[in-house]
Amino acid sequence: MRAGDRQNGTVAVEVEGLSKSFAGRMVVRNLSMRVLRGQIYGFLGPNGSGKTTTLRMLCGLLTPDGGTGRALGYDILTERDRIKRHVGYMTQRFSLYQDLSIQENLEFVARIYGLASPEQEAKAAVERLGLVGREHQLAGALSGGWKQRLALGACILPKPELLLLDEPTAGVDPKARREFWAEIHKLAAEGMTVLVSTHYMDEAERCHEIAYIAYGELLAQGTIPKVIENSHLKTYTVSGPDLQSLANRLLGIPGIDMVAPFGASLHVAGRDASALDAAVARFRDERELSWTLSSPSLEDVFIDLMSRSQDNFR
Amino acid sequence: MMLTRTRAMFIKEFVQLRRDRLTFATMIFIPVVQLLLFGYAINTTPRHLPTAVLVHEDSDLGRSILAALSNTSYFKVTRLARSEAEMDHWIRSGEVLFGVEIPAGFERSVRRGDRPALLVVADASDPVASGTALGALEGVVRTALTRDRGLPETAEQSAAFEIRQHRRYNPAAVTSLNIVPGLLGTILTMTMLIFTALSVTREVERGTMESLLAMPIEPIEIMLGKIAPYVAIGFIQAALIIALGIILFEVPVVGSLPLLAALSTLFIATNLSIGYTFSTVAQNQLQAIQMSFMFFLPNILLSGFMFPFAGMPRWAQWVGEMLPLTHYIRIVRGIMLKGATLYDVHGEALALLGLMLLAMTLAVRRFRRTLD
Ligand SMILES: Nc1ncnc2c1ncn2[C@@H]1O[C@H](COP(=O)(O)OP(=O)(O)OP(=O)(O)O)[C@@H](O)[C@H]1O
Ligand SMILES: [Mg+2]
Repeated sequence: MRAGDRQNGTVAVEVEGLSKSFAGRMVVRNLSMRVLRGQIYGFLGPNGSGKTTTLRMLCGLLTPDGGTGRALGYDILTERDRIKRHVGYMTQRFSLYQDLSIQENLEFVARIYGLASPEQEAKAAVERLGLVGREHQLAGALSGGWKQRLALGACILPKPELLLLDEPTAGVDPKARREFWAEIHKLAAEGMTVLVSTHYMDEAERCHEIAYIAYGELLAQGTIPKVIENSHLKTYTVSGPDLQSLANRLLGIPGIDMVAPFGASLHVAGRDASALDAAVARFRDERELSWTLSSPSLEDVFIDLMSRSQDNFR
Repeated sequence: MMLTRTRAMFIKEFVQLRRDRLTFATMIFIPVVQLLLFGYAINTTPRHLPTAVLVHEDSDLGRSILAALSNTSYFKVTRLARSEAEMDHWIRSGEVLFGVEIPAGFERSVRRGDRPALLVVADASDPVASGTALGALEGVVRTALTRDRGLPETAEQSAAFEIRQHRRYNPAAVTSLNIVPGLLGTILTMTMLIFTALSVTREVERGTMESLLAMPIEPIEIMLGKIAPYVAIGFIQAALIIALGIILFEVPVVGSLPLLAALSTLFIATNLSIGYTFSTVAQNQLQAIQMSFMFFLPNILLSGFMFPFAGMPRWAQWVGEMLPLTHYIRIVRGIMLKGATLYDVHGEALALLGLMLLAMTLAVRRFRRTLD
C-alpha cells in the first residue's frame, strides 16, 4: 500500500503476528487484526491483557519484538514519524499538562500539529467540549471526567485519520458517556477510524467490531453477533430461590463451562450443547427453578473466553 | 514546520515557567543574593586577622614591630606564644592565621647590618585572606620602623632585615580579580544546569511524555524548545550579576560589553545543553540533580576559579579544559579586566561552542523516542 493506495484503501490498520515482551514476559503474542476505515473497533480484555501495549505499538510508542503492521498505510516499524502526524492517541492515564490551562493545552497541541490559527482552533474546541468559561482553569484542577473530555478534545483537534482511545470513558458519568459515543460515531461517519479500549459491555455493543484479548492473545474478533456465534455457547437462564447455592452445585459438573449471576437470574452455559443438556437434566426437575433457553450475552462469551484462556495459561 | 513545533514547545515551557511563580522568583533573586553574599564575603579586604607572636628578645625594635603590626588593620595580635611548638599549634588549629617570630638578638643584628630574618608564618589555606595581608606586611613594618625608630631612609635601609614568609597549606595565592568573573560563571553554571536537568525527567515522571512522544515532534525540536526560554532567563541573570559587579564591586569592563553579553549567552546555552543531556540520561529527577552536582563540583575546583589553573597537574588541566566554566572564566577575565577582543578569546569561544554542540548531539541521540 503506497500513497495512492493509502488515500483510497479501505483498510486503516492491519497487523500480522505482532508480539511484545517486557523483561522476558510475553505481554502481546502473535496478534493479527484488521480494521477498516471509518470503523469503530472495540478492544476488550481483562486488566493486564495487553490492550494498552497494543495501542502503543500501533502509534509508534513501543517497538514490537516481532510481526509487521501498517497503520494508515504506513509501516509501524519504519514510518512512525508519518503515522504520528495522522494519529490521535488518548492515553489511559491523563497526560496533558496539569499546570497549563485548558486553552493553553489545546493551543499547544494545535501548534505542534501546525494548525493555521492555534488560538482560534483551541477556542473552537473549548466550545465543542462545552467548557466555555472554564478555559483558563488549570487542567490539573479539573475533575476526572472533565479531564477525560479535555483529553479527547485535544486528541481530535488536529483531525486525525485514526483515533486510538485507551479507556476514554473510565470515570465519566453516563450522560457524558453517551455524548462521548455520539461524538465518536459522528467522527466515524465522517471517515475517522477509531480503536477504543473499554471494560464496559454497553460500549462494546456500540462498536462496529470488537476484539477480545486476554493474556496477550487475541481470542475473538468480529461483529458482536459473529463473536457470539463463534463462541458456540449454549446458554440457559435459570431463575428461582437461593441461586447462590445452586451456582455452587452447578460449578464443576462436566459439560457446564460457565455459571454467572445475571441480575435476579443465573446464566448457565456450555460449549458442548448435548453435554450441557445432560448436565442440566437432573436440575430441571426441581420445581421451584424455571429454566429457559437463551442466547448468550456478550459478557457470557467474554467470561467463558477468559476462563478458557486462564486454563491455557496455567 | 520545524520552527513552528519548536515554538510550540517554547511557548509551553515559558507558560509553565511563568506559572511556577516561586521558581521564577528564585531564578531572578537567588543569583543576586548569591553575588551579594559571596561577593562581599570573599571580596572584603581582610581585617583584624588573628595573629600570634613569639618574641625571643625584649627589645625596642621588637616592640616597635609589634606595635606597627597592631596599628595596621590587617593584623590583630591575639596570642603571645612562649615556644615555636605553641605557635605552630595555634596555626594548625586555626586559632590564629599568622605567627610572627622575632629571633633572639634581632635588634643587635639589625644595628650590625647582619640582615636578620623576621619570620612570618601564614596559614595560606585561605589564600585571599593571607595573601593580601602578607602583601601589606613588609611596607607596613618598614614605614613604622622608619617613623618610630628614626632610622635613616637610605637605600640600604630596606635591607636592614629580611622578612621570611612561610605560606603554609596552600603555597599559591589566588588574586581577588578572579572573584566576580568566577562568581558570575559559577552562579550561571549551577542555575542553568538545574533548570534543564529536570526538564525531560519531569515530563516522564508526570506522565506527559506519553502524549508528547505520540505527537509529531522531533527530539531536536523538543530540546531547542525547552532550552530557549532559559537562555532568556540566564541572560537576565548574567546582566544582573554583571551590573552589580560594576556598581557594587567596581569591577571594570575594559573590553566590549556586547561581546561579553554574546559570549555569556553562549556559555548559558552550553550549560543548558549539558543539563538537558543529563535529563535525557537520568531516569528520575533525583538522578538528574545528582548528575548536575557531580558535574558542578569539578567546574568549581578545576576551572581556575578557586585554585590557579597553572598550578594544577597536567591531567587536572585536561579535565579543566573540558569544562565550560574554565573557558568562560578566561573569557570574562579577558574582556572585563584586560580588554580582550573576540580575536583574543576566539579559542575559548570555540571551545564553548564545541562543548555545546557535543552536548546537544549526545542529548538528541540519547533521547528515548519510545516507551520501551
Ligand atoms: N513499560 C512496561 N514495562 C514492563 N511491563 C509492562 C510495561 N507496560 C506494560 N507492562 C506489562 O504488560 C502487561 C500488559 O499491560 P497493558 O497495560 O498493555 O494491559 P491493559 O490491557 O492495558 O490493562 P488495563 O485494562 O489494566 O489497562 C501487564 O502485565 C503490564 O504489567
Ligand atoms: Mg490499559
